Amino acid sequence: MEIIIPILTAAVRSGTPILYATLGEIITEKAGILNLGLEGIMLVGAYTGFSVAYSSGSAWLGVGAAFLVGTLMGLIHAFICVTLKGNQVVSGLAITMFGTGASSLLGREFVGFTIPGLSRIPLPVLSDIPVIGPVFFNHDALIYSSYILVLFFCWFFTSTRPGLNLRAVGDNPRAADAMGISVTGTRYFYTLLGAGIVAVGGAYMSLAYTKMWGELMTAGRGWIAVALVIFAIWNPARAAFGAYLFGGVEAFQLRLQTAGTTIPTPVLMMLPYLMTIGVLLFISIKKGKGILFGAPASLGAPFFREERD
Amino acid sequence: MKKITAILAAAFVFMFCGTVFAAFPPVPAEEINPGFVYIGPVGDGGYTFMHDKGRLFMEAEVPGVKSRFVESVPEGPDATRVMETLVRNGSKVIFANSFGHMDFVLETAKKFPEVIFMHCSGYKVAENVGTYFGRMYQARYLSGLVAGSMTKKNIIGYVGAYPIPEVVRGINAFTRGVRKVNPDAEVRVIWIFSWLDPGKEKEAAKALIDAGADVIGMHADTGAAPQAAEEAGVYVVGYNNDMSNYAPTKHLTAPIWNWGIVYRDTMKQVIAGTWKSEQIWPGLKEGMVDLAPFGKDVPDPVKKIVEEEKAKIISGSWDVFTGPVKDQQGVVKVPEGTTMTDGEMLSMSWFVEGVKGDIPK
Repeated sequence: MEIIIPILTAAVRSGTPILYATLGEIITEKAGILNLGLEGIMLVGAYTGFSVAYSSGSAWLGVGAAFLVGTLMGLIHAFICVTLKGNQVVSGLAITMFGTGASSLLGREFVGFTIPGLSRIPLPVLSDIPVIGPVFFNHDALIYSSYILVLFFCWFFTSTRPGLNLRAVGDNPRAADAMGISVTGTRYFYTLLGAGIVAVGGAYMSLAYTKMWGELMTAGRGWIAVALVIFAIWNPARAAFGAYLFGGVEAFQLRLQTAGTTIPTPVLMMLPYLMTIGVLLFISIKKGKGILFGAPASLGAPFFREERD
Repeated sequence: MKKITAILAAAFVFMFCGTVFAAFPPVPAEEINPGFVYIGPVGDGGYTFMHDKGRLFMEAEVPGVKSRFVESVPEGPDATRVMETLVRNGSKVIFANSFGHMDFVLETAKKFPEVIFMHCSGYKVAENVGTYFGRMYQARYLSGLVAGSMTKKNIIGYVGAYPIPEVVRGINAFTRGVRKVNPDAEVRVIWIFSWLDPGKEKEAAKALIDAGADVIGMHADTGAAPQAAEEAGVYVVGYNNDMSNYAPTKHLTAPIWNWGIVYRDTMKQVIAGTWKSEQIWPGLKEGMVDLAPFGKDVPDPVKKIVEEEKAKIISGSWDVFTGPVKDQQGVVKVPEGTTMTDGEMLSMSWFVEGVKGDIPK
């Protein structure tokens, strides 16, 4: 237990930025929009969060600013993909490149600084539960809000009218349109919301995880999130499991090294990716048999209202 | 690994047996326009940041020289394109600051024999290609003396980027320093397989602290490990530059780079027409590497030991890897009375006694 608790705690801690990004992407993809700009949006979120928190002295203002700037980047993507009906892959990649460059350029003056950031708030009562307490309830508030987001979206997708509408838009926009749902409006809204949540994942990196700004500091976590969406089969709860698994494998391999074992670390680091490929294969095989799981059927396809099928 | 060692050894034989290259004609300061090719962003606050500080130092020291730089240049064919563009825009001297730029430097140098290339940390040279690096291991040894004096649990953690000779040499030198003052202490190493990933650097430092380390050393690019140490209340030795702003109360010192020394001297040689292809490796003596100011918790007797050891290295009477040096298994690798050659140090791929951890092959 003494060894396991720190590993699980680290798993939650290092899985959280990936979890935010994955949740944001799930929301966007449920509406049928593929956003590959996660890495760029996270970087811009990390930069915005840090710079605002540094200048204003308030970490929460930083989180809010990151969310807003994230929605702005989502707006660019939505405009290109929904209004202009452009290629979603190209637009997403462009946003990653733009975000990487912009955050590096603007962030230059913040290199080498550190901030108090978000502090750890052990939750009363809950944090005293053995094992579960220290692992889940001895963190900062951004981690707690990620739990709430996961629960909220699990409920939202399956049990609410707007959630059903959202899935209809992602699965069959023509039918949704006939039902009187605004496909354009829905896709805009969830692309903006999703990108905002992704940016909060970036802000978590610079405000809570490490309380500093460094260029390219997300180091590929945005891409891991893209893979995790598939791993999670578009389910928020499985996304949390996947994100903690990624985080846990990393924490585990680092601790394994301090114990002086000889399992080659690259093998361990590969595991989550191998599992993602496995899930991808599984989905593809089932898809051939007509079973879709949670994958939005119209993912990546622009919607032309006046056209006939 | 054997093959690499052989290649390195061959490179050094080639270098020291003195193929004497002809000097280049003098170039007026205003016409050199040195171009710097950086592996990372200037804003990394570490490795490339210190190179750029060196570049600015050179501009201040050598009047008339106007330099330019290209950052985040990958270790691939793109590097060739960047260097060609710099040369076509009038750069007479090119500096490339990463090991992986090596073959692309050689390739570009062949195309422009009248241009001087200086490549950092490599081992291949040509008539117009020289290399430079610093004896960072000397400063690391000094920082190890401090770490070894400050540990109470005799466990020191070390966050290593990649298991390459440069990092291994640094860990060994650091450990030699630790064991010099504290023969019971051990250095535990975690590899993170990344130069720049603050999240992982911090997580690795936390794992070491969980494993009982009460001093953290590091070889990565950001201040995340020092930040983790400060939060956990354990001491830390930074790297690259003074990282005390990340660990205001726990930063002991840091081995730091002064790249400006090489950049200034190269410019002066080019202006005077005395530059020739060499492999230069300056250290503490030349001021190329040094220690950052001590933290307030470092007691005077420790500072005194550091000063003494520093004087010994500068005088040339002793170096970090002067025998006897034993490996992890206790086998004598460097017998008493001998010192490792530069070639041996540059290809180091084994840990000295006192390191706990292994080098993935």
